[in-house]
Amino acid sequence: MGSDLNVVIATDCGSTTTKAILIEKKDGQYRQTFRGEAPTTVEAPFEDVTRGVLNAIQEIEELSGRKILDGERIITPAEGDVGVDIYISTSSAGGGLQMMVGGVVQAMTGESAQRCALGAGAIVMDTLAANDGRLPHEKIERIRQLRPDMLLLAGGTDGGTISHVVELAEYIAAADPKPRFGSGFMLPVIFSGNQDARKEVARVLGEKTALTVTENIRPVLEEENLGPARHVIHDLFLEHVMAQAPGYRKLMGWTGAPIMPTPGAVGEIMQTIARQQAINVVGVDIGGATTDVFSVFGEIFNRTVSANLGMSYSISNVLAEAGLDDIMRWVAFGIEEADLRDRIKNKMIRPTTIPQLLQELQVEQAIAREALRLAFVQHRQLAVGLKGVQSERTLADVFEQEATGESLIRMMKLDLLVGSGGVLSHAPRREQSCAMLIDAFQPEGITRLAVDSIFMMPHLGVLSTVDEQAATEVFERDCLIYLGTCVAPVGSGKVGEVCLQYTVDLPSGRQTGELRVGELVLLPLADDDEVEIELEPARRWDVGAGPGQALSARVCGGVVGLVLDGRGRPIQILEDDRLDQVSAWQGALNLYGE
Amino acid sequence: MAHAYTPGLRVTRHAVIQKERRLPLKGEVVVERGVEVRRDQVVARTELPGEVATMNIVNRLGILPQELAGYMLKKEGDQIVEGEPLAETRPLIKWFKTTIESPVSGTVESISLVTGQVILRKAPKPVEVLAYVDGVVDEVIAEEGVRIETRGAYIQGIFGVGGECWGALHLAVEDANAETKTIGAEAAGKIVVVGSLITLEIVEQARQAGAVGLIGGGMRDQDLRDLLGYDLGVAITGAEEIGLTVIVTEGFGRIAMAGKTFDILRACSGMEASISGATQIRAGVLRPEIIVPSATAGDEEHVGGDSEGLQVGNVLRVIRMPYFGQIGRVSGLPAELQEVESGAMVRVLEVEFDGGEQVVVPRANVELIEE
Repeated sequence: MGSDLNVVIATDCGSTTTKAILIEKKDGQYRQTFRGEAPTTVEAPFEDVTRGVLNAIQEIEELSGRKILDGERIITPAEGDVGVDIYISTSSAGGGLQMMVGGVVQAMTGESAQRCALGAGAIVMDTLAANDGRLPHEKIERIRQLRPDMLLLAGGTDGGTISHVVELAEYIAAADPKPRFGSGFMLPVIFSGNQDARKEVARVLGEKTALTVTENIRPVLEEENLGPARHVIHDLFLEHVMAQAPGYRKLMGWTGAPIMPTPGAVGEIMQTIARQQAINVVGVDIGGATTDVFSVFGEIFNRTVSANLGMSYSISNVLAEAGLDDIMRWVAFGIEEADLRDRIKNKMIRPTTIPQLLQELQVEQAIAREALRLAFVQHRQLAVGLKGVQSERTLADVFEQEATGESLIRMMKLDLLVGSGGVLSHAPRREQSCAMLIDAFQPEGITRLAVDSIFMMPHLGVLSTVDEQAATEVFERDCLIYLGTCVAPVGSGKVGEVCLQYTVDLPSGRQTGELRVGELVLLPLADDDEVEIELEPARRWDVGAGPGQALSARVCGGVVGLVLDGRGRPIQILEDDRLDQVSAWQGALNLYGE
Repeated sequence: MAHAYTPGLRVTRHAVIQKERRLPLKGEVVVERGVEVRRDQVVARTELPGEVATMNIVNRLGILPQELAGYMLKKEGDQIVEGEPLAETRPLIKWFKTTIESPVSGTVESISLVTGQVILRKAPKPVEVLAYVDGVVDEVIAEEGVRIETRGAYIQGIFGVGGECWGALHLAVEDANAETKTIGAEAAGKIVVVGSLITLEIVEQARQAGAVGLIGGGMRDQDLRDLLGYDLGVAITGAEEIGLTVIVTEGFGRIAMAGKTFDILRACSGMEASISGATQIRAGVLRPEIIVPSATAGDEEHVGGDSEGLQVGNVLRVIRMPYFGQIGRVSGLPAELQEVESGAMVRVLEVEFDGGEQVVVPRANVELIEE
């Protein structure tokens, strides 16, 4: 099927905007050629998502000169300047997919269920577990109160506990939950726990819910099997959730591939890229209400969504969670607390406004750093190895081990960090996006940085399920804007001491220099350039080969260049000298001009 | 994009207002289409399923779950009152008998032979929906609720806390720029318009005086935090139990109330109003509202209609620094993108303020004031 596609139209129906892109095969290469957008029309007065889709496609028709619509019908297949070969779409309208999950032990099957739902693109509203510390009636009240779109019940390895799983099923039955949409329908519940408990679970839930039974997500403690349950989530998302949303039944009839939840599609493209290039990737999409973090390390995919960290609707929550001091540490000027609080609240109640003043931009970008940082902290907590598994460990492992489960996120092993979302994709200068990513994620060793140019990862994610080659070609050529590479030795030391000696073969000639603690250096290295760099870290500083060990590598440029970051990990900010220090960093990367 | 600016809040002296009043679950609608209702009248009622109580009886009797049926004195669906025996052992010597009594009154919902758990459900809780505004039942939504239509003044605020309430409007200031320093006993049972700033001190005084609501131009975030006892992270409000309802019409900080808003409130002074502080700022935005039903006729406008685009001459308010809160007229709508101080290339418009000063602001940073 893939090779037959020459013209593709893809839309992403977001909560507020429907974004359409046109992808065309020209001279044997797939390129994203035109884009259009229109307000999403899920709510009154239209209450029909297809209206917004047609408007967005119409904008593409006007810009491209290609006739795509025949009235309210998308013309397929493409012939000359008329029609497209396939129409595909993702959706997060109506608040996306909201789920509750349950497992017997919170840190084991509970977490597996959470990872399963998140990976499928859901927002996990709560995780129930036999040991979650809540009394039975509190659990029941919670299920009733939240009204999720869907519930995933896991628990028990095959052959393991039955009674604890059935107990959770009994709570669900007692809550008699109603779905968020469609009051006449039964709540879809997926059971993916101990296969020996299926009969009892079906007895308890079969009549009160729309129950689907699938393979155990944790058949043995040492193994997670999230795929089958994720597919069921996608199917039920289409059948129950999407089909209830206004106009979606019609939209589902138009698409040539199943509609995917937006974050599920972004996860799909991240995994495709990581697999094809054999690299470790971290991606982030920071929106107005939520921030999604994706990671692929050693082929293990994880996604988390921080439901209340964002740059408009949730901006005030970033302040509440990070605290004023952590936000202001990134700003090179003082501001009265009461005044700043009022400004942030005013952005919350009027979320569509944009900074007109440079100072306001700096404050918003400082808030973005904290939102990204907090979202990544949450991601690291969930992206861990399976808990409850016994493994042999050396003494060195003990120091790397997190309190529970081993973190899969090894920043030193990260190859590519991709940022997406308004504050990163539309920053007035790319240097600002680069600085926000480095400050928030604090990459270690050598890491390439990029931003999604116009937020087309969802479109490419769903395209990758139809034609992987087309999706990756567009991803490489049109989706990503490479910012450059960050070289950050890990360690700590006294400001001004040398932490790294470097020699780099820049196109302008060989350059040798010393990087000092507390310093940021930007070297010019354009997008198409790939050069050799030799790094000699000081004793106790590590760039990837071990403390004090030299390393040679090839590094790629980008629209910003090659950033050498000597600020240590975690970044050291001096209390007494903060304003000068932050100002010097901003100057080094030329963030805000003179 | 068609709407690159924030549509203004609704501020209308004469409007036809429709309010939907729905039950959380299906139930009974107790009024008919066409009847007049008062704001405190019940229009629909239902019963929410009662709370549940769970008991692990097998642990308490020291038996196995599969043996439970033989020890139960009640079966699924049976009624039970608090203290009534629910299960008991039958030892040879009666002296050793263990009886488990029901901790609640209600029904036996389920008895599990797998987990040994018995779930009891208390009596259902009645829920009533009130009319909230004086008006006429325009539509009955079978088993779900009603739509009430009324005529009068309709003002949307920008942000509020606290739920629905009603009372006579009382103006504590004479001018939109002024600010009340004290609220006394005259505010009892009333909704008080306090001017450009609602302070924590004023809220305290209003509570002590027995006022039911406060309306003002602005409020400091610090005061809101102290009032709620926590830092509000996401603007979803309406369920706060703070003793009264607070509505801010312009934003955070000290901000004079828009002239038109103040004029309408002044014209309605002494009249009975219904207000709600419920705010939800996300897709499907919900703003706080002030409704003052009145018999006076005027050129009515239907609330819920769509606004037209921006035009030269429109009155607007700037809603972001550096001109935050200032009101002016659109004097130009350049089509091309322009660079603003932050370095962003954005669509802008030219505004002329009352003093004649001309400035350029991003279109995203203004909101229309409908005249």
